[in-house]
Amino acid sequence: MRERQPSAAVWKVVERARHPQRPQTLDYIEHIFPDFQELRGDRVSADDPAIVGGMGSLAGRSVMLIGQQKGHDLKQRQRHNFGMARPEGYRKAQRLARLAEKFHMPVISFVDTPGAFPGADAEEGGQAGTIARTLQVFSGLTVPTLSAILGEGGSGGAVALALTDRVYMLENSIYSVITPEGCAAILWRDSAEAASAADALRVTAQDLLALGVIDEIIPEPRKGAHKAHRATAKKLARALEAGLLELEELSPSERRRLRREKYLEMGRLAS
Amino acid sequence: MNKYVTVQITQKGAVPSEPVEQGKRCPSCGIPLTQEVLEESLFVCPGCEHHLPLDAPGRIHALADPGSWREVAADLRPEDPLSFWDVRPYSERLEEAQADTGLSEAFLAGTCRINGLPAALGVMDFRFLGGSMGSVVGERFHQLVLAAVEDHRALVVVTSSGGARMQEGILSLMQMPKTVVALDLLAEEGLPFVSVLAHPTTGGVLASFATLADVIMAEPGALLCFAGPRVIEQTTREKLPEGFGRAEANLENGQLDMVVHRRDIKERVVETLRLLEGGVICRLEEPVREDEEVLPWGSGAFAQAFARAKELAVASRSWLLGRDT
Repeated sequence: MRERQPSAAVWKVVERARHPQRPQTLDYIEHIFPDFQELRGDRVSADDPAIVGGMGSLAGRSVMLIGQQKGHDLKQRQRHNFGMARPEGYRKAQRLARLAEKFHMPVISFVDTPGAFPGADAEEGGQAGTIARTLQVFSGLTVPTLSAILGEGGSGGAVALALTDRVYMLENSIYSVITPEGCAAILWRDSAEAASAADALRVTAQDLLALGVIDEIIPEPRKGAHKAHRATAKKLARALEAGLLELEELSPSERRRLRREKYLEMGRLAS
Repeated sequence: MNKYVTVQITQKGAVPSEPVEQGKRCPSCGIPLTQEVLEESLFVCPGCEHHLPLDAPGRIHALADPGSWREVAADLRPEDPLSFWDVRPYSERLEEAQADTGLSEAFLAGTCRINGLPAALGVMDFRFLGGSMGSVVGERFHQLVLAAVEDHRALVVVTSSGGARMQEGILSLMQMPKTVVALDLLAEEGLPFVSVLAHPTTGGVLASFATLADVIMAEPGALLCFAGPRVIEQTTREKLPEGFGRAEANLENGQLDMVVHRRDIKERVVETLRLLEGGVICRLEEPVREDEEVLPWGSGAFAQAFARAKELAVASRSWLLGRDT
């Protein structure tokens, strides 16, 4: 058995990724998309405030924005259910993605969630199948698609919005197959080992870039995004614009073909 | 040669890769169960109909026609891309799972016939690290879809999985979009996908390819949920009702098409595929392929009736177009 000390640097990133004052979807929308118009509801049963969406302009063209919102204080967090979406939230995302496709608007999604909501009502409403169908909708789009992991990219609830042509991560964000606490509880049988799990799971932006899962890391101001909303938003906007320009050079069928190839190559096999 | 078992299908019934231990009892009703009884009943308790776990070789045995199974992507092997360690290294857990099961991974893929019908069949094995989906599972699923597309076969997959494999980290999570994208290739060819959800199917497998089947079946009592009852109770402090997340509850909630007893699954899969295939008579432009050696998806029993059916279909199109052709 190997003894290893969990990396303190990795846990610091986890803490920053979850910082309550870290800018969230609505903060970025405020700074980057002043003409944002919110669109609500899944047209089936409800409007889920854990996922917000709508239209706005970026560098002169309309784009569709879909993002998880956690909320900063307790009241907001309760309203947005801590960014944990229910099936109606994912159905809203599907609806907005289809709407974007119909009107040839690029889709930009912002990921910031500990995970899809693990509640009885969500399960009974088909949480798993709805996430699968959301992936399917994103897979079929021909408009440019870009996603950015803002803070926490937690498991299936996160990847549901991130099957995209380009995937960005902010410097102090994390993206993981399971929360460090959940992994520690299962493999170490002790959720206090979360820091060890975070280290072992390789959840940082650097790790994901090295593994070929994301395309680019968006640097944050030195003190962290939570201390500099506007400056971080500017960097994110610049990266999204550059990505959009690249993707617009491609034909719709070419974009879909390249996206397919990218995901079909995901994984590592023994040679 | 390779050290893993090659599954040979020579007889009917479900023969698992390991013998049933002496003195085994039904975990539900407690009656004694013998190897002979379990093989005959496909590992369903004859006393209370409780469905016991059926491993991947046993599952193939129960579904594929004798002698028809040809494994696909059998040579793929897992890697330890993160050099993952928890209380034990992942590489050690992998070796142990391989030794215990005689399998190289948690998913077996192959082509076969099911009651004569050509199919691409995938089965998961819960004994192998909880049937978890890592890079090999995702790639074998992808290769299975390609095999289905190549010779026009229906896709049938039996799932049993705790979800994405933690030890391959984010690369496991990426198998969700990967399998979903692979299914687009199948759908573009108009080929059908039937999934059979066995106990338990949860997390990233349920939230990706398993729930994207054209027709979804489940075995009685199978636990089918995204998060799992323990996580739900811990997070929301809700007390969950009896039977929560089980196949029967999922059927009531509209999440699947039917709950099917294990002994009837083969027949139900074949009947479903036969009825789905019957739809080809409405395809207007393309005649079905005729190949006497391998009856591909889209020909079968309907090939002979096709010429007459096509006339009807063309007639109906002319009605749709509003002109006489």
